[in-house]
Amino acid sequence: MAGLAAIFGSGAMTNSIREIEGMEVIFIIGSNTKETHPVIANRMIKAHRKGARIIVADPRRVPMVKFAELFLRIRPGSDIALLNGMAHVIVQEGLQNDEFIREKTEGFEAWKRSLREFTPEVAEGISGVPKEQIIQAARIYGGSRKAGIFYTMGITQHACGTDNVRAIANLATLTGNIGREFTGVNPLRGQNNVQGASDAACLPNVYPGYQKVDDKEIRQKFEKAWGVPLSPKPGLTATEMMNAALDGSLKALYIMGENPVITDPNMHHTIKALNSLEFLVVQDIFMTETAHLADVILPAACSFEKDGTFTNTERRVQRVRKVVNPPPRARDDLTVIKHFSRSMGCPMEYDSPEQVLQEFGRLWPAMAGITYGRLEKNGIAWPCPSPDHPGTEFLYQDGFPKGKVPFVPVPFTPPAETTSDEYPFVLTTGRNLFQYHSGSMTRRVKPIEQHAGEAYVELNAMDGKKLGIKNGERIKVRSRRGQVEIKARISRRVAEGIVFIPMHYREAAANVITNDALDPTVKIPEFKVCAVAVERIVSEADEQKNAEG
Amino acid sequence: MIRLTINDREISVPENTTVLEAARMHGIGIPTLCNHPKLTASGGCRMCIVEITGIPRPMTSCTTPAADGMVVITSTPEIEELRKLVLELIISDHPNDCMTCEATGDCDLQELAYAYGVQGVEYAGEKRFYPERDGNPFIERDLAKCILCGRCVKVCNEVQGVDAIDFGYRGFKSKISTSYEEDLDCEFCGQCIAVCPTGALRGKQWARKGRYRDIEQVDTICPYCGTGCNITAQVKQNEIIRITSKPGTWNEGWLCVKGRFGYQFVNSPERLTKPLIRRDVQFEAVTWDEAVAYAAGKLQAIRKKHGADAIGGLSSARCTNEENYLFQKFMRAAVGTNNVDHCARL
Ligand code: SF4
Ligand code: SF4
Ligand code: SF4
Ligand code: FES
Repeated sequence: MAGLAAIFGSGAMTNSIREIEGMEVIFIIGSNTKETHPVIANRMIKAHRKGARIIVADPRRVPMVKFAELFLRIRPGSDIALLNGMAHVIVQEGLQNDEFIREKTEGFEAWKRSLREFTPEVAEGISGVPKEQIIQAARIYGGSRKAGIFYTMGITQHACGTDNVRAIANLATLTGNIGREFTGVNPLRGQNNVQGASDAACLPNVYPGYQKVDDKEIRQKFEKAWGVPLSPKPGLTATEMMNAALDGSLKALYIMGENPVITDPNMHHTIKALNSLEFLVVQDIFMTETAHLADVILPAACSFEKDGTFTNTERRVQRVRKVVNPPPRARDDLTVIKHFSRSMGCPMEYDSPEQVLQEFGRLWPAMAGITYGRLEKNGIAWPCPSPDHPGTEFLYQDGFPKGKVPFVPVPFTPPAETTSDEYPFVLTTGRNLFQYHSGSMTRRVKPIEQHAGEAYVELNAMDGKKLGIKNGERIKVRSRRGQVEIKARISRRVAEGIVFIPMHYREAAANVITNDALDPTVKIPEFKVCAVAVERIVSEADEQKNAEG
Repeated sequence: MIRLTINDREISVPENTTVLEAARMHGIGIPTLCNHPKLTASGGCRMCIVEITGIPRPMTSCTTPAADGMVVITSTPEIEELRKLVLELIISDHPNDCMTCEATGDCDLQELAYAYGVQGVEYAGEKRFYPERDGNPFIERDLAKCILCGRCVKVCNEVQGVDAIDFGYRGFKSKISTSYEEDLDCEFCGQCIAVCPTGALRGKQWARKGRYRDIEQVDTICPYCGTGCNITAQVKQNEIIRITSKPGTWNEGWLCVKGRFGYQFVNSPERLTKPLIRRDVQFEAVTWDEAVAYAAGKLQAIRKKHGADAIGGLSSARCTNEENYLFQKFMRAAVGTNNVDHCARL
């Protein structure tokens, strides 16, 4: 979430989930909250019952639309046009927060000029959202000082994901809807501990707590703490590692608990990359598609089988407890890494997971006040700098760590891949309510598999009619990179010209066909938009019939 | 603030508090069946009746707002008699099979029957009979045990916003039903199970795994999405038999289908159980020492030949903070590279 961190100082949700209840306006853009974060949706529904006004912007008629006053059905990849268009209207109608702009921001005038071209008409032309709706959305959001924005991968998984986030931040900055209770900018994290993995610095450019590896003073601090010299050179991101594996500069990869074959874009590319490695170690709970390619496989314990902490999307550090014993020879990851480090001649010894967290806290003040004892009953949201600090529900109450918040002009960039005669449909991918991620866990849960065990592609009824495709029919979806055969689900969720495939099903892996074009700043691949062809599968018998008929 | 007297105790409570809430705030117990603290009150079961000075008939405390100067008595012989009658009526039409009921030990009706000494079958009246079974894989609905309290209907509407179920028919034939009485096809959040005061709603996969004796309850966090809901795992003999969530946490006891029903993977026979090393095309099971020594040796050799930056590490957003911390420390300090990332930075 580099976009957000560069603007406000942190990439995390600025509000807590509890605060949703007190919001007047909830603006959801690119998040299918009811399916990907169902219990956060429960809070939004609660807020709705108390009178909160909900705006949903999404290419699909997602379930939250049921509670929305306004549904902006945007063309995939056109978020910037919509957001800038809303900002244009807010400025035009004088709904901005002048005091906030004067005291807490910089670059307003230049940014304002950059908005000029984004009239509601222009925004409508690009996004497909009627200009009346854009104006209405601007009035609702701009007219409130207790308005929260929520987004997920629908915003970040684009080649222009960072710009999308900037455009969102601009909107919040313009109205001063940040830094107070019940108002802010809230990226909802997909997996349970994305926040924690980022905080703990499984990131190539920073040490724990987002401290830059190429800053000499910081490096020295970590060298002292860890007792070894450290490399000043920022490392490769996950996607770059795959490319480096392909070009031969990366020889070995150690993967702990992930399944990139299914979850990375462009599956063929990923498999080829992993196969090019000299050595691959995979540590996981199942024989995943990625583990199949490994040289060494280490059986891991799952999260019900170990002690530790997870940090949820609202920065709340919460206690994970051992519930059952792992399978006889499976081991928790801490034990494995310790074992590994001893064998590498660089032992890292801890008596308990809590000692690891304590070390983390010594190196990152935001975590310093958190102990297992304090997490006994409830989690604590960071920053929590001291043992008597209650944690922080919403960020930036006392200003922004980087000083003034910059307004950054965001030009509209069309998606990296656009439709053509050969590939006339736009494919978007995402999750459904029942399955999770690559499915390695949920697909091994019988009732879930029984209920939602089959891959499908959502197709608009009009498109179905045009192509002669019936609900439930197996069809072919093809892109420049690959193709899958998959069951058609005729659905009013998608608009004409758009199809949707959930990412969970290896037998029809959406990522065979998606695009690995990268956002230039954060290097998140563009899962969300790619051009595809949708075709009936014509059997020989059918063809014969046609020929005869 | 409102000042009132309950059972000779003077208490004060905030505006917009019901008599029931006022009593609960001050630790005064009133039996209830249809009321649920997180849902709007319906006043349907009449278990919560109390006597209020100046009002001739008993009032349902869950729907009566507390008022200044109000004098409330929560228990009199008449009121207890009426409550017992309510229970007798319900139980007369309730299958007498606590013996095999999944809810035994976790049933409000059973507890109240126990407290009031109401045994089954007082009236030999007509019994309801529901032969049909619902084909959905998640939720067992035993309508014969339903006391029509309406909590499930309310939670599905007010909390989940799905409206999958409602009261169907009237009078004696009244029952909780989906539209057209089709099989339940909803979000399967199980919120309705969580609020059901009887055994009418249960998880299908819970069946005969164990009730509420000799089980261990461990609080932890859902392994799925970034919401990070608090869950309580109920465990018997090293097996998770049920997942619930406590109402007192920030997620208020609500979960989604994955958090509530998605735990079976833990005991999957497909779990990896042995370290494996690839020998040509086959994997060979080895000891941990062998596997780690082999892997560490390979990494060291590659580092020697190509430098530390020829090695990369990918960790997981599903591992704990501690594991992620140690993983990056391992890559940076033990291997010597900043090539470390987690797969889904999303
Ligand atoms: S499982 Fe959830 S959605 Fe389905 S009926 Fe129960 S409360 Fe409603
Ligand atoms: S199913 Fe349970 S919650 Fe629903 S009305 Fe019947 S007893 Fe009440
Ligand atoms: S219960 Fe559902 S909403 Fe809550 S953390 Fe688990 S997957 Fe997410
Ligand atoms: S609890 Fe008050 S009427 Fe049922």
